Amino acid sequence: MLIQQLVNGLTLGAVYTLLALSFSLVMGILGILNLAIAELFMIGGYLGFTLITAGFPLPVAVLGGMLGAAVIAIAIEKIGYQPLRDAPLVTPMLSTLGFSIILQNVATNIWGSDPAQLPDEYFGKQYAFGPVNIGEMQLIVLVATVVLVALVAYIVQKTPMGRALRAVAENREVARILGVSADRLTMLAFILSGSLAGVAGVLIALHYGTITPYLGVEIGLKAIAVMVIGGTRQIWGALVAGPLIGIAEVLTVAYGGSQVRDFVVYGFMILILLLRPQGLLGGARSDQGQRV
Amino acid sequence: MSNALLQLTGVTKTFGGIHALSGMVCEVPEGKIVGVIGPNGAGKTTLFNTITGAYRADAGEVKLKGVDVTQWPSYRIVREGIARTFQNIRLFGSMTVWEHLLVAQPHSESAWRRLLPIAWANPAAQERAEEVMAFFGLTELRDRPAKSLPYGIQRKVEMARAVTARPKLLLLDEPVAGMNHDEAEEIRALMIRLRDTGLTILLIEHDMNFVMRLCDYLYVLDFGVLIAEGRPEEVRANPVVLDAYLGKDS
Amino acid sequence: MSTYYASLLAESGILLLGALSVYIILATGQLSLGNGAFMGIGAYLSSYLTVALNVPLTLALVISAIAAGIIGAIVAFPALRLKGIYLAMATVGFGEMVRSFFLNFDAMGGSGGYRGMQHISVGYVWLWAGGILIAVMLLERSRVWLEMQAVHDDETAAGLIGLNTTVTKIGAFGVGAAVAAISGGLFAHHNVYIEPANFGFDRSIEFVLAVILGGSTVGPGSLVGSLLLVFLPEFLRPIADWRLAAFGTLLIVVLLVRRQGILDRSLIRTLTFRRAAA
Repeated sequence: MLIQQLVNGLTLGAVYTLLALSFSLVMGILGILNLAIAELFMIGGYLGFTLITAGFPLPVAVLGGMLGAAVIAIAIEKIGYQPLRDAPLVTPMLSTLGFSIILQNVATNIWGSDPAQLPDEYFGKQYAFGPVNIGEMQLIVLVATVVLVALVAYIVQKTPMGRALRAVAENREVARILGVSADRLTMLAFILSGSLAGVAGVLIALHYGTITPYLGVEIGLKAIAVMVIGGTRQIWGALVAGPLIGIAEVLTVAYGGSQVRDFVVYGFMILILLLRPQGLLGGARSDQGQRV
Repeated sequence: MSNALLQLTGVTKTFGGIHALSGMVCEVPEGKIVGVIGPNGAGKTTLFNTITGAYRADAGEVKLKGVDVTQWPSYRIVREGIARTFQNIRLFGSMTVWEHLLVAQPHSESAWRRLLPIAWANPAAQERAEEVMAFFGLTELRDRPAKSLPYGIQRKVEMARAVTARPKLLLLDEPVAGMNHDEAEEIRALMIRLRDTGLTILLIEHDMNFVMRLCDYLYVLDFGVLIAEGRPEEVRANPVVLDAYLGKDS
Repeated sequence: MSTYYASLLAESGILLLGALSVYIILATGQLSLGNGAFMGIGAYLSSYLTVALNVPLTLALVISAIAAGIIGAIVAFPALRLKGIYLAMATVGFGEMVRSFFLNFDAMGGSGGYRGMQHISVGYVWLWAGGILIAVMLLERSRVWLEMQAVHDDETAAGLIGLNTTVTKIGAFGVGAAVAAISGGLFAHHNVYIEPANFGFDRSIEFVLAVILGGSTVGPGSLVGSLLLVFLPEFLRPIADWRLAAFGTLLIVVLLVRRQGILDRSLIRTLTFRRAAA
């Protein structure tokens, strides 16, 4: 039973990891919170849903969700971030909030506000490993997360673009000095982040077999907490914090009652913000006040 | 000099092992204009930041009229009588000149009066603002957003803001940096007038000539260490000082 | 006036108070995305007082405001360490925690909600909303407000010219929380039914939206924003399904072309000057 819970928690945590990674790609590099990521995730989920029920295979659905979210991310960057990049950091956050409101409204109008259900015949297969049952989709989520995280790791660590991204994350002033290419880096961060959110959306929608236009806010806020716990300037923090929160959540639901779970997660996030603003994994303090 | 207004003993400040200021000792006597000079990175601004509580000294004491203020938060230090200006002007972006002259005044009236419109409840504060505004020749610019004014005038607004706090000691961080000769002369005249009203001034400056013709006493810093002090003519003749300045510039 | 429009008017008064609660905190440079929580605290506490203890409504609102103000100040104290987006994220967390608390608060219905309040008139709502708006507009001309602006513009410099920035920031949070609590109390007694979902992230966002759209540098901006958010949908009837998208677009456009919101100091000056001249 406990092992089963751990596996379930791990699956949820994997999705948190992807989405938190998506938030932290923008947050860590540009210092802004792109609130629309929550909605990119939700839209990605709907796109994946639609493609699967239209008879396309899973890879196409994942790709569709990813591309759709990435395209919207580009629009957000062009309209909502670029013109405001010299404004106080809260201003572009509010403009992404505008996009978030629009996207949710669009989804409600296209797909309706009632939950959409995936027919049972999709991904219903269960594999038994001793006492533990793992669903087909659960396996896919876990494997896909590992692959995607490795891919992002490769891009960020090994490619020249990735190195430039990290340089900018270390010192935001560098972005201004880099001039023209800083614009491209910003765009790259938005695209990477949007794609990840889209994929995460497809995966969780298929895993749960149901989706609503409000999925984004619910899981998105949680993913922000995961990002904070892992460390906002620390892309790898999400890898630890995601599973941690996923498992903690599943366990509190199983043994504590379903409603305390949010209380625990957000309480933990606030503690981290206050006591360890650099996140669980450490690194340099991110909250140091400006010097005179 | 036990009648010193400001007294520093052994003040040390390090950043990650680098001594920005080590064992600084100095005194500012009442009613004088005292200058701190030194090449770039000598620790002059660090000195100001440590005096005003923006940085905590790692060792040593800062005393104002015998009161140890070393560990005080900066707002209490200001209220005790040290006001300052900044090297890169720090005016408030949303405020007019007039508002700058009201905001920094000490709280002489009761708390609830501060919650009421200034026009009804704070005649004394308005009078003080008018007075300082006239002293600095800013009356015409009263309702202009301070940050929209020319650079030289912004410096004056910053000085005026500091003066409204009724300080005993005024710290000026490079008050004539970036100014042309005429503007600098005007500031010099203002400082002398301020001293004549009984204010004590401690200033950081790059421009040697300016300091020489203005200050009563000078301290020379290099790499966070006090390398010389004395009256301007003594400092000018000191070979150590020449070395620090010329050695670096060439 | 039809009951329908009266109810819309009451809604905008309630929203105005929520917007002002964000405005007061924002005036010190702090963005709170958790004011829905203070609203919830006010709604639950005042409802408990009037329903279970038969306390008169006005007294119940005052008590709730004071209680929420104290909670706000307590919350603000650790939040002093956080700035900008980090503070905003912490307030999101706080809001979700409070919502989650009320979901579990079975003594007052938990997720089932709480009812039994006496309905109040739109006039009573606006007595509070108008009164507090005027109080805020007077406050905007005070020394304290200048200090808040100084903290907003440059907190470090504010401290170094002698302002106690800690007291200013905590005070703003406390007062903001109190105003949000009154908004909540009025909401509870106008709606006569409350549930935790009324006070979630969406609500906090609605407050912020009203402030940013209406004008984030002047108090009456919140009034413009609140009226806009409540009454604009009436004019958007033909595109009713898309009204949220319209607000989202409006928000983005305002941020792009008029960052300070619709109303600002110079617009007010222009409007009042014209009237005086005419």
